[in-house]
Amino acid sequence: MFRILKRVSLNPTVTRLDIEAPLIAKKALAGQFVILRADERGERIPLTIAGCDKNTGAVTVIFQVVGATTMALNEKKEGEFIPDFVGPLGTPTEVEGLKKVAVVGGGVGCAIALPVARRLQSLGCSVTSIIGFRSRDLIILEEEFRGASDKLFVVTDDGSYGEQGNVCMPLNRLLESGESFDEVITIGPLVMMKFVAKATKPYGIKTVASMNPIMIDGTGMCGCCRVTVGGEMKFACVDGPDFDAHLIDFDEAIKRSKTYAEFEARAREEHCNLYRKEVK
Amino acid sequence: MPKVNMSPVKNPMPTQDPLVRNKNFQEVALGYTREAAIDEAKRCLDCKNKPCMAGCPVNVRIPEFITCVAEGKFEEAYKIINSTSSLPAVCGRVCPQERQCEGKCTRGIKGEPVAIGRLERFVADYHNAFGEQIITKVPSNGHKIAVIGSGPAGLTCAGDLARLGYEVTVFEALHTAGGVLVYGIPEFRLPKNIVEREVEGLRNMGVKIVTNAVVGRLFSIEELKSEYGFEAVFLGTGAGLPRFMGIPGESAKGVFAANEYLTRCNLMKAYEDGSATPIFRGKKIAVVGGGNVAMDAARSAKRMGAEVVYIIYRRSEAELPARKEEIEHAKEEEIVFRLLTNPVEILTDGEDNVTGLKCVEMTLGEPDASGRRRPVEKKGSEHLIDVDCVILALGTSPNPLIKSTTKGLDTKPHGEIIADENGKTSLEGVFAGGDAVTGAATVILAMGAGKTAAKAIDDYIRNKQ
Repeated sequence: MFRILKRVSLNPTVTRLDIEAPLIAKKALAGQFVILRADERGERIPLTIAGCDKNTGAVTVIFQVVGATTMALNEKKEGEFIPDFVGPLGTPTEVEGLKKVAVVGGGVGCAIALPVARRLQSLGCSVTSIIGFRSRDLIILEEEFRGASDKLFVVTDDGSYGEQGNVCMPLNRLLESGESFDEVITIGPLVMMKFVAKATKPYGIKTVASMNPIMIDGTGMCGCCRVTVGGEMKFACVDGPDFDAHLIDFDEAIKRSKTYAEFEARAREEHCNLYRKEVK
Repeated sequence: MPKVNMSPVKNPMPTQDPLVRNKNFQEVALGYTREAAIDEAKRCLDCKNKPCMAGCPVNVRIPEFITCVAEGKFEEAYKIINSTSSLPAVCGRVCPQERQCEGKCTRGIKGEPVAIGRLERFVADYHNAFGEQIITKVPSNGHKIAVIGSGPAGLTCAGDLARLGYEVTVFEALHTAGGVLVYGIPEFRLPKNIVEREVEGLRNMGVKIVTNAVVGRLFSIEELKSEYGFEAVFLGTGAGLPRFMGIPGESAKGVFAANEYLTRCNLMKAYEDGSATPIFRGKKIAVVGGGNVAMDAARSAKRMGAEVVYIIYRRSEAELPARKEEIEHAKEEEIVFRLLTNPVEILTDGEDNVTGLKCVEMTLGEPDASGRRRPVEKKGSEHLIDVDCVILALGTSPNPLIKSTTKGLDTKPHGEIIADENGKTSLEGVFAGGDAVTGAATVILAMGAGKTAAKAIDDYIRNKQ
């Protein structure tokens, strides 16, 4: 059993949990993930690690409430327990030797982009961060990003805060004005990452995307998290989750991500009904 | 010795009706009654040279335990089996007896062999229902051993070492112990409470079982030795990495590795009402492959409500690698066998839903390296099978994590850990066995390897002192 040390609601749909898992906290590096279950009969879901504290033994996960499992997780209170918390899984994001990097995050993906930005900064790398959200009330971690970046661009789809548009707009502007990066690291919705990869391709800038496909075991056993990269089949859990964004077949990944869409919609509906009954 | 029963056929195994059981996940075979067990045991000739024992990877003293069954001494029979096999209730159910003990039985020359597997199962079930739980907790000898993986190899190795007084800790990556016995083999073939009971037995012997611990990530093998004080490590990490065919359409939405499909069903209990585990409910499903995993996936798919389930296999019936009983059960449950058939493409619509499986017919040519006749494509035999879901059961390679995170551990090109006949690897104090060494094989071979390694680890620790 793993204790919830801290719970913070970051915006109406995004929650931060600090989970007591000292062995994982000791080992985890930026870019790695955990798999957890919210209850004994629950699903196993992968969540990328948003931070950890070796002193307190806390591992931070930040998640968007999208399905039945994340709803159940969101209802957990400080001091309560979750039965399973496995990690650190996946290979860490490669940061060695980079001098100038653009970190491009979208939505809840920013929670995972932040530790990457911080790690780069701690290694003396110049970091330009571009973070995008749907609207002002969904913005998370802006101050933290400001502290971890040399330059920060905030965009919103509806223009209710920062620049109106998507993350590719400031990125394109920077690239067009002759700015160059050793690498662009992007974490967020598949569609966003696909367009970030498109934007950097003509400039030949190495671009890395962090994939978060459906997964069960996280150790290379189920074959569920397969991603086509450069025409080859890769498993995100052991070969990734980071891959060369110019080689990823994003269209296939987008379709695969919808495999259980119908089931998930039904489960979400059922969970909501259950919740409504309980609060009555 | 009571009078020999000269019936040329085995006592039949009572089973659930095929067309009832293909809609539920309860156990298919119901087990012998006492009377049937005694009657079957009397078919044993108690041969002097004991050919059956030579066919058993863990050397169960078969004629001895069968003699006890014939005399109605079921608990004594259990003690005999248990002295060499730590998982009798499991082996009685999943061993390929026709290729092991029963394949060598003298009675099999004229007629059917003695039903050794069914008797083993009877004895274990009898013990579990009526026998006394034998807890043998040996005083600690002060030496700590780490076992990686809680499948049949790891559980056997842990049990044998605990009996010798070692302080054993088993590390398991998933949230439940049992390895392939819980994520792979379905409830209807091996009820999970049997596995739980075996694991509980190990705990009672003082074995520590740590779930949710991925060795290679959470700790390295080196750290287990240097920081956590384990004097030897056994790698029983299995072969879980699924193979794919490399044909177009394999990444479509309705295409699954059998491991994924079975894990969702078994470990994650997708078949239970109100389960939180999503599972794809295809109407017409093709399962590609002919081994036990293919049979398990096909029969699970049928139980999950598929209207028609095909087994697509490129060789003929004689080459099907699955246990004979599973093939028979699958046929009874209305699984459709399309033999000498090989998929060449998975067809999809614009949304990547599966719309069909394009196959070719095969004929058998000259024997290949495996000794089996090589399947050759029949020209112009391309045809379409109407399916909306494809499950691939093409075999598995050893789990990749230990190899990729352990410096100095020698492996073969497909990732099999190189170990000598005692399980010794290229690293000091590190032993390995089971599918991690051999590639995908059987539960009993893995248990045999776990047993051999336990003895080798004991020798290693003694010689070190």
